Amino acid sequence: MNTPCRKAFTEKLLELAQKDKTIMAVATDSRGSVTLNDFAQLLPEQFVEVGIAEQNAVGIGSGIASCGKTVFVCSPSPFLSGRSYEQVKIDAVYNQRNVKLVGVSGGVSYGTLGFSHHSLQDISVLRTLPGLTVLVPCDAVQTKALTCYMAETEGPMYMRMGRNAVEQVYSENETFTVGKAKQLCDGTDLTLLAMGELVWPCKEAARLLAREGIYARVLDMFSIKPFDTEAVVNAAKETRRLVTVEEHSILGGLGGAVCEVTAQHYPVPVKVIGAPDGHIVAGESPEVFQYYGWTPQGIADKVKDWISRIH
Amino acid sequence: MEVEALKKKAAEIRRQAIKMVYQAQTGHIGGTLSSIDYLTVLYYEKMHFDAKNPQWPLRDRFILSKGHCVEGYFSILADCGFFPKEELDTFCQFNTRLIGHPDRCVPGVEMNTGSLGHGLSGACGTALACKLDDTNCRIYTLLGDGELAEGSVWEALMFAGNYHLDNLYAAIDRNHLQISGKTEEIMTLEPLQQKCEAFGFATEVIDGNDISSILAALERLEHISGKPKMLLLDTVKGKGVSFMEHAVKWHHGSLTKEQYEQAMMNLAEKESVL
Repeated sequence: MNTPCRKAFTEKLLELAQKDKTIMAVATDSRGSVTLNDFAQLLPEQFVEVGIAEQNAVGIGSGIASCGKTVFVCSPSPFLSGRSYEQVKIDAVYNQRNVKLVGVSGGVSYGTLGFSHHSLQDISVLRTLPGLTVLVPCDAVQTKALTCYMAETEGPMYMRMGRNAVEQVYSENETFTVGKAKQLCDGTDLTLLAMGELVWPCKEAARLLAREGIYARVLDMFSIKPFDTEAVVNAAKETRRLVTVEEHSILGGLGGAVCEVTAQHYPVPVKVIGAPDGHIVAGESPEVFQYYGWTPQGIADKVKDWISRIH
Repeated sequence: MEVEALKKKAAEIRRQAIKMVYQAQTGHIGGTLSSIDYLTVLYYEKMHFDAKNPQWPLRDRFILSKGHCVEGYFSILADCGFFPKEELDTFCQFNTRLIGHPDRCVPGVEMNTGSLGHGLSGACGTALACKLDDTNCRIYTLLGDGELAEGSVWEALMFAGNYHLDNLYAAIDRNHLQISGKTEEIMTLEPLQQKCEAFGFATEVIDGNDISSILAALERLEHISGKPKMLLLDTVKGKGVSFMEHAVKWHHGSLTKEQYEQAMMNLAEKESVL
């Protein structure tokens, strides 16, 4: 059954917080959008409403964390990563607080609401903060596993999720190691590297390409920081062409991270697929995905076109 | 500590702060001098802490939100035994941990600040956590008056009132000056007491350079429950050094040898009549 990552997150968080009273959730009038209503109702003493004040939410969360608590600050990612950037930098990261920043409705989840509600720069701005773990899960199974990781592991972290129900990529009980990419299939002609909601379309694109005799390795780069440099270098050495696919600006996100690695360690051609550095078309997110070719067929077509041009 | 002893301690801390700024040839001395009397009362009379165990969970906390005024703060932490006094000579020197703002790598520092408008949110979160844990810890924080133009301060004020954080003791170093001039000419802050009260704070407006007044005001506030507290410290920027008092140019600056000697003489004269 397809489940939105945010729902998988809140179910797991509630389960963890019922067992561990030091886990707290901070919301910014976002209990509906994050799906924290059950948490707020069942664990009121572990729930803090800050109101529509993302800067304060991160500051408050960091202060609470200074007293030994594990604090999940939950808010739509465009505001969490944009409005409170300096609080993330100073209060959470510089102070090394045990604060987990959970951005929901990332990317173009709020596709019809315009640029103010798109979160297409969050990865690029946050992955440069030293010591901030950055995670982008692709399905409910991975989201639950990463939620457990965040609760168990000390330090500031950011996890970005979309709003929609997503295809299940992983079987239940799959395990993940933060800092290690997850290989979904192997191939010899190129590697597709993806994060978040575009992992599943890449997996399907690889199947379409295989029918045409193009064999793609697919890597789920859910751990943007720490980043699996080794997996990228190996992909460059073994498949010689890399294609990054992300629901994020083509500037500074997954594509940027991959190019930083290849340019310094093993230069190969890289194609970056993502949101253009400009106007983003309005639409529900499936429509936007379709428009930009963030679908199995769209990705396969872009890959074929690119390969034909770089030969 | 008795009032007279606190006054002498404040004078000693002022001398140390001036020395640090002179040695480093940099520092935010004006706001440091205006806030030293308040910090002296907190650390030598009010706060419970253990310098040998800085992370003692039941300690009272102090957060310097106006983090640039760090010279007096570092001097007090060293004097209280959090780290060796000799280390103060490394202030703002290459590879020091005593940088120009509070940093938690320095024992006793509770929160890294520097950019303004962060301390009150941190203090509110800490105060809320202490209440949830049923501890009696008090959380103190000091803001600058110019800092109040930062919107995040008002988000935190709203939060403190909403959650009735009566273990929160916020204070504003109301020296009426900021780097570009008079606060009221840059961005109107008044009526500040009414604004704080409207946000749900119990307030006191006092002479923030008078030890007895600070002690009495804190004592009055300690008897109020259900409300966060706000001290509006009416202070003099550059307090204690004649040529720095009320002078905006000493928001930040370095001293010549002659200025340093004059400043130390000023402070010694004032101390001699205590």
